[in-house]
Amino acid sequence: MEFVVISLLNGITYGLLLFMLSSGLTLIFSMMGILNFAHASFYMLGAYFAYQISTLIGFWPGLLVAPLMVGVVGALIERYGLRRAHRFGHVAELLFTFGLAFLVEEVVHLIWGNVAVDYRIPVELDGTLFTLFDTDFPIYKGFMMLISVGMLVALYALLTRTRIGLIIQAALTKPDMVEALGHNVPRIFMLVFGGGTALAGLAGVIGGNAFVTEPGMAAAVGSIVFVVVVVGGLGSLGGAFVASLLIGCIQTFSVGLTISVTDVFALIGIVLPEGSQVARLTITQLAPVLPYMLMVAILIFRPRGLMGARES
Amino acid sequence: MKNKLIQRLALAAGTLLIGGSAFAQVKIAYIDPLSGPFANVGDAGLKGFKEAAEILVNQKGGIMGQKLEFTGFDNKGSPQETQLQLKAAIDQGFRFVTLGNGSGAAHSLIDAVNKWNARNPDKTVLFFNYAAVDPTLTNEKCSFWHFRFDANTEMKMEAISNFMEKDKKIKKVFIIGQDYAHGHQVAKYTKEMLAKKRKDIKIVGEDLHPIGRVKDFAPYIAKIKASGADTVMTGNWGNDLSLLVKAAKDAGLKARFFTYYAGGLGTPTALGASGEGKVLQLTEWHSNVPTKTTEKFEADFNKKYPGIYFYYLRVNNMVQMVAQAMNTAKSTDPKAVALALEDLRFQNDTGEVWMRKSDHQAMQPLYISIFTKKDGKTVKHDSEGTGFGWKTLATISQRDSQMPTSCIMERP
Repeated sequence: MEFVVISLLNGITYGLLLFMLSSGLTLIFSMMGILNFAHASFYMLGAYFAYQISTLIGFWPGLLVAPLMVGVVGALIERYGLRRAHRFGHVAELLFTFGLAFLVEEVVHLIWGNVAVDYRIPVELDGTLFTLFDTDFPIYKGFMMLISVGMLVALYALLTRTRIGLIIQAALTKPDMVEALGHNVPRIFMLVFGGGTALAGLAGVIGGNAFVTEPGMAAAVGSIVFVVVVVGGLGSLGGAFVASLLIGCIQTFSVGLTISVTDVFALIGIVLPEGSQVARLTITQLAPVLPYMLMVAILIFRPRGLMGARES
Repeated sequence: MKNKLIQRLALAAGTLLIGGSAFAQVKIAYIDPLSGPFANVGDAGLKGFKEAAEILVNQKGGIMGQKLEFTGFDNKGSPQETQLQLKAAIDQGFRFVTLGNGSGAAHSLIDAVNKWNARNPDKTVLFFNYAAVDPTLTNEKCSFWHFRFDANTEMKMEAISNFMEKDKKIKKVFIIGQDYAHGHQVAKYTKEMLAKKRKDIKIVGEDLHPIGRVKDFAPYIAKIKASGADTVMTGNWGNDLSLLVKAAKDAGLKARFFTYYAGGLGTPTALGASGEGKVLQLTEWHSNVPTKTTEKFEADFNKKYPGIYFYYLRVNNMVQMVAQAMNTAKSTDPKAVALALEDLRFQNDTGEVWMRKSDHQAMQPLYISIFTKKDGKTVKHDSEGTGFGWKTLATISQRDSQMPTSCIMERP
C-alpha cells in the first residue's frame, strides 16, 4: 500500500513536469503544424536562465523572468528564422528546428561550460511537506505540482475564456478565415510559438534544480516529450495531459516491479526458454524503454493517439 | 586592432614552435568524459592530474629534466569514442594514456592498446588506469600494457564484507548499481561474499539502472523502502550517486549506504546533514586520514580550484610512481617504464603502495569511513564545506587488501 501511494505521488509529479514540457510542443504543433525538435532546448534554456538569474537576484524573480526571456527568444526565432524556413515547406522547418537543437546545445556549452552548474532549490522550499507511511514528501515536489496544475488551469482559461484564446482556436482550424476577418495570423503564430517555448522554459526553471542543470538535459528529455505528444495525440492538450500522467506512472511503477520478462510471458501462457538474456531481464531494467514501446504500439493500433483530432 | 591580432597570432605560433621542440615533455593523454552526464567527474580528474604533475613532479625536477604534462581527450564516456580518442592521441605522439571513468571504456581501451602494440612493437603505448575497478582487467583480461592504481571491486568488496560481517545490525541488504560491467561486478561480489560470511543476511533487492540517464531516483528509493532494507550497497559514481542519495534524503530513507565514491564530486553536498551516520565509503584516503604532505596539497588544491575538491590520492600516487619508474629506467619508452613499474614499492603519505608484478594491480592501505559532523579532532576537515566529514571506522592494511589473481600475463 505504502509503495503504491508513494509511487503514485512520484509518478504524478513526474507526469506533471512532462505535461509542462509537452503542452507547449503540442500547442505549437496544433497551431502551426510544426514539429519542434528544439522544444527540449527551450527547457534547457529556461533552466540556465533561471540559474543565472538566481545567482544575481534570487530564485523567485527567476521563476517569472526566465520563462519570459525564453518566450522572447522563442518568438524571435519564429519571427526571423522559422517564418522564413516556412516558405520552403515542412521539411525545411523540420530541419531548421533540428539544427536549432544542436545550435542551442553548443551555445550552452560555450557560455556555461561542459559541467553541470550549481542551480539549487531555494532554502524556503527545501524540506518536508508531509510524511506519509514514514516516507517524506519534499516541499519542492509539492511546489512543482502546484506550478504545473496552476499552469494547466491558466492555459485552459486562456484558450477557452479569452478573446485571444478564441482567435487562437479559430486560427487552428481556419487560418484563412481568421485572416480574412482582419486578424494578423502570422503574429498569432509568433505569440503561440513564444508562449509554447515559455512553457518549456518554465518547466526548465523548476526541473533544472529538481534534477541537474547540464548541457545534456535537453537531449535527456527530448525524446520522451515526443512520446507524450504522440501517445496523447498530436495537437491535443487534453491528450498530452493524460499521456504525461500515464507515462509518468508507467515509469515509476515499472521501476518498482521485480518480476522478469519470463513472468510476464508466463501470465499469457507463453514459456520462454530458460537462460536466455532477454528472459532474465526484469521489468525494472526495461523501465526506460517502456514509454517507447507504448509509442510504437499506439502508432500501430491508434495512429491518431489517445485523444488526437487528426489522423496524421 | 589588426596589428594586435597579428602580434597575438605570431606569439601563439612562436609558443607552439618552442613547445614542440625546445622543451621536450613527457606527455600523458587523459582520455575520460569531459562532456556529457559525467563531465564533472572527468573535469575534476584532469585538474587533479595537472596539479599533481606540477606540484609533485615538475617542481621537484621533473622527469630527467623534462616536464610531465597531461592533455585532456574527451571520450564522452563512450567505449567507441575511447578508441577514436586513443587513435587521435597516438597520432599526436602520445605514448602514455590514462583513463578511469567507466570499466566499459577501460575494456575498450585495453583491447585497443593490446592490438596497437601487437602491430606496432616499435611505437608501443602504455595504459595507466586510475579508477576503472572491474576485477577482470587484472584477471582474465590482464595485460602487460595496463597498470591499475585503484583497488579493484573484488578487493573493495572483500574489505566491505569483512566489515559487514562484524556488524550484526545488518539484516537486509539492497544492491543498486549502474547497468554496465562495474555495477554487475559490485552486485556479483556483494552476493558471493555475503553468502560466505553472513548467511543470515538477506539480499532483499537488486536493481541495475541505465548509467547516467536517471535524473529522478525517487521510484528506486520507494522500492528500496518497500523492500525493508536496512543497508544499501552501491558502486554508483558521479551524478548517479549524488542524485541517488539526494532522492533518499528527500524521501527520508533511513537505511545506511555503503558506497565506493561518496567522498567527493558533489555527493557530500547532496547529502548534507541527512547523511550523518548513514553513509559509509571505502577509499584509499580521505581528508581525515592523518598525513604529512597531503593535507597541504589538498588545501592548496581546493583554494586554487573553487568548486572542485581534492578527492583522488591515487592520482597523486600514480603520477609519482610513473615519474619514479621513468627516472629509475632512465627512459620514457613505454616498455622500459612498464618493466620499472613492476614490483615498484612507493612510500606515499598513508603507507606503501606496491605494484604487483603478476597482474599489475596496485596494493595500498584502504579505509572505511562514515559521514560525521566535523568536531575539530578526529573529524578535523569537513567535506565540500558541508560541516560534515569522514571519520575512519576501519583501516585495511596493504597486506590484508590483497586478493589472489588468475592473471596469466603475456609478456613482450
